[in-house]
Amino acid sequence: MSAPVSTGSLAGLSVALCLLAAAAALAQSPPAPSYTPPARSEVPDDAFGKLVKQGELIFLDTAAQAPAFVGNRLRCASCHLDDGRHPDSAPMGAAYLAHPTRRGAEGEAVTFRRRVQTCFLTSMNGAAPPAGDPALEALEAYAIFLTRGAPVGLKAPDHGYRRLNAPGVLDRAAGKAVYEGKCALCHGLDGQGQEARDGQLTFPPLWGPQSYNWGAAMAQAPNAAAFIKANMPLGLANALSDEEAWNVAYYIDTQERPQDPRFNGSVAETRRAHHDFPFDFYGLTVEGATLGAASLPSGGATRK
Amino acid sequence: MRRHAVAATVALAMSGGEGLATARGAAVVADPAAGAKIAERGSARGAPACSSCHGDEGEGDPVAGFPRLAGQVAAFLVHQLDAFADGQRPNPVMAPIAAALTPQQRADVSAHFEAFQAVSPPTPPQPAQAAARGYALAAYGDWPRGLPACSQCHGLKGEGVGAAFPMISGQNALYIESQLKAWRSGARRDDPMGLMRAVAAKLSDGDIAAVAGFYAGAAVWAGQPSAAAAEKKP
Repeated sequence: MSAPVSTGSLAGLSVALCLLAAAAALAQSPPAPSYTPPARSEVPDDAFGKLVKQGELIFLDTAAQAPAFVGNRLRCASCHLDDGRHPDSAPMGAAYLAHPTRRGAEGEAVTFRRRVQTCFLTSMNGAAPPAGDPALEALEAYAIFLTRGAPVGLKAPDHGYRRLNAPGVLDRAAGKAVYEGKCALCHGLDGQGQEARDGQLTFPPLWGPQSYNWGAAMAQAPNAAAFIKANMPLGLANALSDEEAWNVAYYIDTQERPQDPRFNGSVAETRRAHHDFPFDFYGLTVEGATLGAASLPSGGATRK
Repeated sequence: MRRHAVAATVALAMSGGEGLATARGAAVVADPAAGAKIAERGSARGAPACSSCHGDEGEGDPVAGFPRLAGQVAAFLVHQLDAFADGQRPNPVMAPIAAALTPQQRADVSAHFEAFQAVSPPTPPQPAQAAARGYALAAYGDWPRGLPACSQCHGLKGEGVGAAFPMISGQNALYIESQLKAWRSGARRDDPMGLMRAVAAKLSDGDIAAVAGFYAGAAVWAGQPSAAAAEKKP
């Protein structure tokens, strides 16, 4: 068993914790999504529909359909549940409508295609498809299809994850216990997921070389906690307490994973530039190890 | 037919599932040959021959609804026998049989049946609407109702994942239906974390019939059933 680690050991976080708690309390809104994305059977039988189907295929079997851009064993659908339809797991229709959006320290406008490129680079620990790549066009068509029926002026909580109230203290040992009791059955004690008997991956790896890298949204515990609370274990949505969801997100997102693609050679500088947020543990020292200091380079199987 | 050349360790280190009681007692090294004898002739302590209901090769009986055991992961089968014996899985027929088997014998018969190639019974085609419903639940679930797809845990083809998620492709419909109903009513309680009870509680009778029919007619996973166990040998 690991020694308990609380946020107290993470310098400078306690003030930020309180601020975030207040902000998160405001952010927590009623859950009802504004619309229901169209059914699979509603894909039109025309050229657009063909592109939608191709996008859906990439979404479901990402590495096989877009091998040049996928460096790990995840699929889009690993985190975007119900093939990108389910609210509370970053549904694709709402994501499409939320772009272009401001993002990052520079506050630059990010288009939907650019966001999908980032997904490949970070969540898929791979390489960004170049602008105009057929994979980007197909995924965009799929997302556009999923916007059908959406009202004009879609707002949160339709896209992304519904944030939980911030926790008072994070407890890594408690998170480990939650993980071992409620997650390991499917994802494995070592977090490496589980294959079906034909070798196809059924349960995704949550850390290590086959999982998302340090640049992914899921590498930030507020996203992971929100996703876990709303969706995990499969079929038992909202069965974990907020505290359990936070602690297990803390446990998962303080494991080693591939490097942030924006890494500039210095973990401290990369943290300052891209990870200086509460509950983003990159570059902090947890249980004696500085997260990100020993990471494999990003890119996984797409590296030459 | 393939059998284990080497005894498999059945008390697999289960990946931490709180509800999966594989660690009842010390690790047992299974002897499939001893299991074969019990399967064919019964045990000295009065357990009848497994084959009398489950068939000579563990193929099951689709008419009576006795499950196919062939090709199922041994650790999963051991867990079922344990659950019959301790009442987590109430069953008036299997309870005394499981209770009459020692932990060693449970491991032996489980290894015996794991080594058989799973086959699908001949299954009449489903009506189109039920087939579509069954496929949709298997492949996609019904997320607006909080139902994940069967395939999200049991594998894309229902071939089974690890020791906790059994092979369901090619299992007979009557058996799948009876088990989903047993979970729905709460009579069956041996599922880790109540995962199957939570899912079954959301299924209508029509859903259950559709999905049972779909998996009964699904092509059985055609790999080598003992390969998974072989990899896990110490």
